[in-house]
Amino acid sequence: MTANFEQIQHSAREEWERLTSGDTPVVLVGTATCGRSAGALDTLNTLREETAGHGLACRFVEVGCLGPCYAEPLVTVHKPGEATVCFQSVDKKGARKIAAYLAGEDLPTELAFATTGSERIPDIPDLMDAPMMKGQVRRVLRNCGVIDPGNMNHTLARGGYTGLRRALELGREDLLGELEQSGLRGRGGAGFPVWRKWKFCIEAPGDTKYIICNADEGDPGAFMNRSLLEGDPHAVLEGMLIAGLTIGAAEGFIYCRAEYPLALERLAVAIGQAEEAGFLGPDALGPGRPFRIRVKEGAGAFVCGEETALIASLEGRRGMPRPRPPFPAVSGLWGCPTVINNVETLASVGLIFQNGAAWYTEYGTEKSKGTKTFALVGNVQRPGLIEVPLGTTLRQMVFDIGGGVSGNGRFKAVQTGGPSGGCLPADKLDIPVDYESLQEAGTIMGSGGIVVMDERTCMVDFARYFLDFAVDESCGKCGPCRLGTWQLLRILEDITQGKGTAADLDLLEEVGRNVVRGSLCGLGTSAPNPVLTTLRYFRDEYVAHVVSRTCPALSCRDFIAYQIDEEACNGCTVCAQLCPVEGISGTRKTPHLINEAVCTKCGVCSDSCTFDAVLTVNAVDLES
Amino acid sequence: MASTDTDLAPILDTFERRPETLISLLQAVQGRLGYLPPEVLGTVARHARVPRSRVYGVASFYSQFRFNPVGRHRVAVCRGTACHVRGARLILEELERSLGIKEGQTTEDMEYSLETVACIGCCGLSPCISVGDEVSAKLTAKKVRKLFKNAQRSAHK
Repeated sequence: MTANFEQIQHSAREEWERLTSGDTPVVLVGTATCGRSAGALDTLNTLREETAGHGLACRFVEVGCLGPCYAEPLVTVHKPGEATVCFQSVDKKGARKIAAYLAGEDLPTELAFATTGSERIPDIPDLMDAPMMKGQVRRVLRNCGVIDPGNMNHTLARGGYTGLRRALELGREDLLGELEQSGLRGRGGAGFPVWRKWKFCIEAPGDTKYIICNADEGDPGAFMNRSLLEGDPHAVLEGMLIAGLTIGAAEGFIYCRAEYPLALERLAVAIGQAEEAGFLGPDALGPGRPFRIRVKEGAGAFVCGEETALIASLEGRRGMPRPRPPFPAVSGLWGCPTVINNVETLASVGLIFQNGAAWYTEYGTEKSKGTKTFALVGNVQRPGLIEVPLGTTLRQMVFDIGGGVSGNGRFKAVQTGGPSGGCLPADKLDIPVDYESLQEAGTIMGSGGIVVMDERTCMVDFARYFLDFAVDESCGKCGPCRLGTWQLLRILEDITQGKGTAADLDLLEEVGRNVVRGSLCGLGTSAPNPVLTTLRYFRDEYVAHVVSRTCPALSCRDFIAYQIDEEACNGCTVCAQLCPVEGISGTRKTPHLINEAVCTKCGVCSDSCTFDAVLTVNAVDLES
Repeated sequence: MASTDTDLAPILDTFERRPETLISLLQAVQGRLGYLPPEVLGTVARHARVPRSRVYGVASFYSQFRFNPVGRHRVAVCRGTACHVRGARLILEELERSLGIKEGQTTEDMEYSLETVACIGCCGLSPCISVGDEVSAKLTAKKVRKLFKNAQRSAHK
């Protein structure tokens, strides 16, 4: 690290100060992948054009994601002399209103989400009191949606790299000690104590050691790491530098999914800036102590999230796991001792050294310290990215922060841990989210995906969905995983297609248990979890499929039929126009009729009806 | 479309001639050609100093690599958990009808390819698809039909 760190930091703070309290209006637009898919780039362009039209000179800053995806695109406006306001759902029309506000018109309060500075406005909540934000503790995500991820000075002004600065003055024992006191556990899923992993690597013989950042976020339904890399890439680099310093590595790799082009782009920019500032390079960890970081793009294989498979992939081979031990901390990349940590873990390392272990442990439970980010998605009112203290209950996350189930739905289940995790019913909502409690309930923390389901999600079909994923992603090396997941999938397909028998339920349990027992790596040993937990908590749904031949969620096509409610149908013709098999007849303003002989039960009519006139029923109920 | 060693030389030369560059090499070659034609595997094998069998082994392992050409517009339906819960199946089926092809296929005029991907990472705005690098979110079957009427019109301009 450069000797003139204080000087660099000082000028960074001046730049930040100028931005936040200058005379020029500043407009922050969240343009992470999620913001972009909601139209943030159009919003940004409209804002540019409209403010120029008003003759205003504004500073536009592209920031990462603040978290409330449901309210995207988010625009934060600092008008000199006024409170800073974050606006939500800013489309082109909203952008015009904001430009007019900057030009002197009234604040468009209907668009206001929150105030973000120290100044308040009556009837507009402060950011941390706003919907979805209240109840969160934003530490790892403190910079996301606030700073320009492409400007290292923003990171520096907000304390970035001061953790590394402090770490450079500590000896190895103190570094490990602080980490141990912080109680930080791996945020990728298993929750292994980070200090212990590092210690194993330090003790392993060998002069060349490596640190790898696992950014191969493969869990479908999870995007914590993407948001962090897109919103605050330097936080990850700082963590890697501290890891390199502690274990004695001179080189680090970031293995990132190719599906995250923007994260890759922002990482490349951040690394370039850190090199230019001398934070990375020949004297990064002190005179003559180099540290470099290279980014490797994954090529699309879920199993590469497993440590040994990830290493195989980095070495240019098929990403297949191998038996452990030896663990990567002893024999990893090219046979050298290697530490592999998840994106969020490394970002937390920087924070711990910036603020101290005591600060870090202010939140959390006895065995699970600190905060954790979660992707709250599915049938929830307010989906998005959140950060809460470990020990927060699922109910607090789903109902207080997420606003409960979306639409008129009723809560049925919540799934944690992605394809390796399990589904929990309503009576488990009050368990605290920490590593041990979730495991006891049959699921895992995983990397942080929380999928909410309402009564329309069929739990058998949900298990089938994950097994389909497991079969696709099984690398094929060991038999129990390759053959077992395939068998589980076939049985689940039979059940969802009305071909299942009561004996299938026991068979699922038996095969599932054996796959857990016999598989080589984490993918196989956890792949049956979605089946085993749904059998444990939602067995009645399985029984309904195989005994009474009904799908309680009215989701499995082989069990259902569609009907039009003559009372509710006003003959708008939308369903008839959209029906792919021309199976709906009726003229304008008269109730329509579904021709069951041609109906393929695709569900487009029910999905498109805005009058709830298309009813879904169990076919057996029709017959009786 | 035959690609000779000379076509690819400028790309290959940016990589060291070592086995561990294999995946990056294949990514660069596919980035240039859109897919991996059989004859290219040998070229890559020689450059990375590995047997052709290993190149095929690696290329067939990772879902990113394709052995067939794809359409000008790559339509990818997210099959992530959030999208699944919110009706990704309906979206895929509507796309199959709108484009007249099944998942994994390309239209005859090479305009569109239809595929599914594990997760785009826009779970808060599900269900979503990507067309090229652009993501469309909060979709319904109706929106899909509208979206692809427009896309087809602009493709024929």
